[in-house]
Amino acid sequence: MKGLPPVLITAVVLVAGFALCAVQFPNIASTRVVGNLLTDNAFLGIVATGMTFVIISGGIDLSVGSVIGFTTVFVALAIERWGMPPLVAFVAILALSAAFGAAMGAMIHVFDLPPFIVTLAGMFLARGASFLLSTESVPITAPVYSTVSDFALRLPGGGRLTAVAIIMLTIVIGGALLLRLTRFGANVYALGGSRQAASLMGVAVGRMTVKIYMLSSLLAGIAGIVFSFYTSAGYSLSAVGVELDTIAAVVIGGTLLTGGQGSVVGTFLGVLIQGMIQTYINFDGTLSSWWTKIATGVLLFAFIALQQGLVALARRPVAKRVGAVS
Amino acid sequence: MENSPDSAASLLEVRGISKSFGAVRALQEVDFTLRAGEIHALLGENGAGKSTLIKVITGVFPRDAGIVRISGEEVAPRSAKAAVQAGIATVYQEVNLLPNLSVAQNLFLDRQPMRFGIVREGEMRRRAKTLLADFGLDIDVAAPLGSYSVAVQHVTAIARAVDLSARVLILDEPTASLDRHEVEILFGIMRQLARRGIGIVFVSHFLDQVYEISDRITVLRNGRLVGERETASLSRLELIRMMLGRELAETTSARAAAGARKTREVCASFEGYGKAGYVAPFNLELRHGEVVGLAGLLGSGRTETARLVFGAERADRGQARVEGAPVRLQSPRDGVRHGFGYCPEERKTDGIVAELTVRENIVLALQAKRGLHRPLSRREQDEIASRYVKMLDIRPPDPERPVGLLSGGNQQKVLLARWLATSPRLLVLDEPTRGIDVGAHAEIIRLIRELCDDGLALLVISSELDEIVTYSDRVVVLRDRAHVEELTGEAIDVGNILAAIAADSVAVALEAHT
Repeated sequence: MKGLPPVLITAVVLVAGFALCAVQFPNIASTRVVGNLLTDNAFLGIVATGMTFVIISGGIDLSVGSVIGFTTVFVALAIERWGMPPLVAFVAILALSAAFGAAMGAMIHVFDLPPFIVTLAGMFLARGASFLLSTESVPITAPVYSTVSDFALRLPGGGRLTAVAIIMLTIVIGGALLLRLTRFGANVYALGGSRQAASLMGVAVGRMTVKIYMLSSLLAGIAGIVFSFYTSAGYSLSAVGVELDTIAAVVIGGTLLTGGQGSVVGTFLGVLIQGMIQTYINFDGTLSSWWTKIATGVLLFAFIALQQGLVALARRPVAKRVGAVS
Repeated sequence: MENSPDSAASLLEVRGISKSFGAVRALQEVDFTLRAGEIHALLGENGAGKSTLIKVITGVFPRDAGIVRISGEEVAPRSAKAAVQAGIATVYQEVNLLPNLSVAQNLFLDRQPMRFGIVREGEMRRRAKTLLADFGLDIDVAAPLGSYSVAVQHVTAIARAVDLSARVLILDEPTASLDRHEVEILFGIMRQLARRGIGIVFVSHFLDQVYEISDRITVLRNGRLVGERETASLSRLELIRMMLGRELAETTSARAAAGARKTREVCASFEGYGKAGYVAPFNLELRHGEVVGLAGLLGSGRTETARLVFGAERADRGQARVEGAPVRLQSPRDGVRHGFGYCPEERKTDGIVAELTVRENIVLALQAKRGLHRPLSRREQDEIASRYVKMLDIRPPDPERPVGLLSGGNQQKVLLARWLATSPRLLVLDEPTRGIDVGAHAEIIRLIRELCDDGLALLVISSELDEIVTYSDRVVVLRDRAHVEELTGEAIDVGNILAAIAADSVAVALEAHT
């Protein structure tokens, strides 16, 4: 119903790109590579799911990269220095990040501030706080970490579906269902359409805003935990600029930056496209990894141009039908 | 229900409502009674208090005094949502729905049928379809609302309101952006809802429509109740008198002087002027001190004629002359150079610059005419602005106020002032009274007469035939993009214009007027 054509285009780009890669490097088309791709981009997929909700609701969340960074440092210190059991540390950081997001949402609603500014402030705040905790990389040696890192489902063809990839896929599917099938999801679209109209139609706009930013920060917290599994360390400089990669993935996935339209599935495809480009560059071996950024930039331009075209088309009423009065 | 017979008959009772904004008393002890199953027009000039009354009833503004009863029970909603729960729903001119969501989601937002926390999409669509079928609408409810016409969006908004168990439906200028056919459909729906026992408050400044649809009329003026009448027994003159509080005699008798002026100098003339596929070639003479009215149905070529005359559209045949000398009108710049001015129909988009102040808007055209190298000094600007604010009685009389904050009538005056500041010889006004209240209406008409008496030539387009008859010395009637008739002197009356417009489609024109 909503935003389907852009998602289809994203899917076509992904499949065509993957086919091109596979022609040049036949090894790419293996479960091993795909499994690694999912693992490497697990944290991005999780945080991008939250960002999709925020952007569809007409907002933006620039703080997610810093929240990931803060989470890794907090978790590492909590487990290694403060002697917290890992599970307690996880619960604590998730509660903390959810509260952080809720506070940003409340600021945005109550003081009617632009989300860009509020979350920019949040970004500096979270990054600064993580430096305050520790400026150096803190390795995590808890047994849970090696257990989780070693855990993987064997895929046919020698690939491994790791725990973090499974967590990511679960969150993507859960997010897609939440957005598409629930009242909460419909309200997210409603907010993106028009806050005023949504409020007149009875949507509790304030509560929704708080919940949406809370969700985004919570998922950034989970992404931070996943990131710490992935690197087995906490570092205050980790995930710098990830908020921008995330926004890129969401936009490439066909979500309108102005809000009101988009999908989690599209975002997931956008994440995969970025991962695919990275994989290609790794396979090539001679290309600088910065080519990932260039390719992402080109794709972003293409998708924004495409969206403008589609929006212009959508503005033209396609069906001017009026039924007869009974 | 254990109500007295009186209150059982009246669905919504408003008694003694007062509301002040600071020192301004917007409403003073206003009573309003809506009976079940009636369509009740709420009329008044801009500033009469209609919107304030609606907003007080629906809880958008808190009230200072008075009570609101629904079916005899006192209610005091504190928000639009609470008003809906109390059974009062409002549909505004600008449809307040979500164009990016499906029609079904719009109908059921925040109250979708659920199972295990999941919206039952199929059930919701089925219900949406049934609901809209009641309103004679058979559309794909899964398509985004924004892909449908404004009329469908209005019906969707009404359907949502009614389905929210509204007993009182307030429609605020619902027909302003609808065409004739869509208005018919909306009226059909309103009648149907009234038959179901819903009380409808209809706010509109289209008096024709008020007479067509309403059972009863309540008139407000300056925040006070003037009276409540049965539509059938209230003459139009009486109604306008109630709204204005004075006779319209000045405006209706203005034409009496017209007979005196016969030989006028020609200001601009157009011979065989036209453009293929736009307007058929026409001859038109515009004289100093004369108002020429352009009458016709929508799309008959009135605006097209005006644009050709001004130079906004290029003619591909014919000859234009200004004061007898042949000229070429290739662009609006040419028009301005020859002393023409044009106030377009779409005041908000093509006319005023809402963010700029009254002063800046007024000097805009004059500055453009003088060119970049001869800027108007601030003192000159102030002088010009205050002169026109005074002359045209622009309210509030504050040249530094952004134009967007003024009422429609005053915005129109600012537009007039802009062109008058360039001392034009010919002014083209396209629907100068559209969307403004009756009081400002009369004032604009008075201004048109005065300007004309000062020797200006005027070409005025209007859909309101009464109005055209009031101020025109000559009336050109258009049909199907061609000038079909020119009426002068005694021949100018509504009947003759209608006959000319109608010619072979009498029924359409009569229906449009009655």
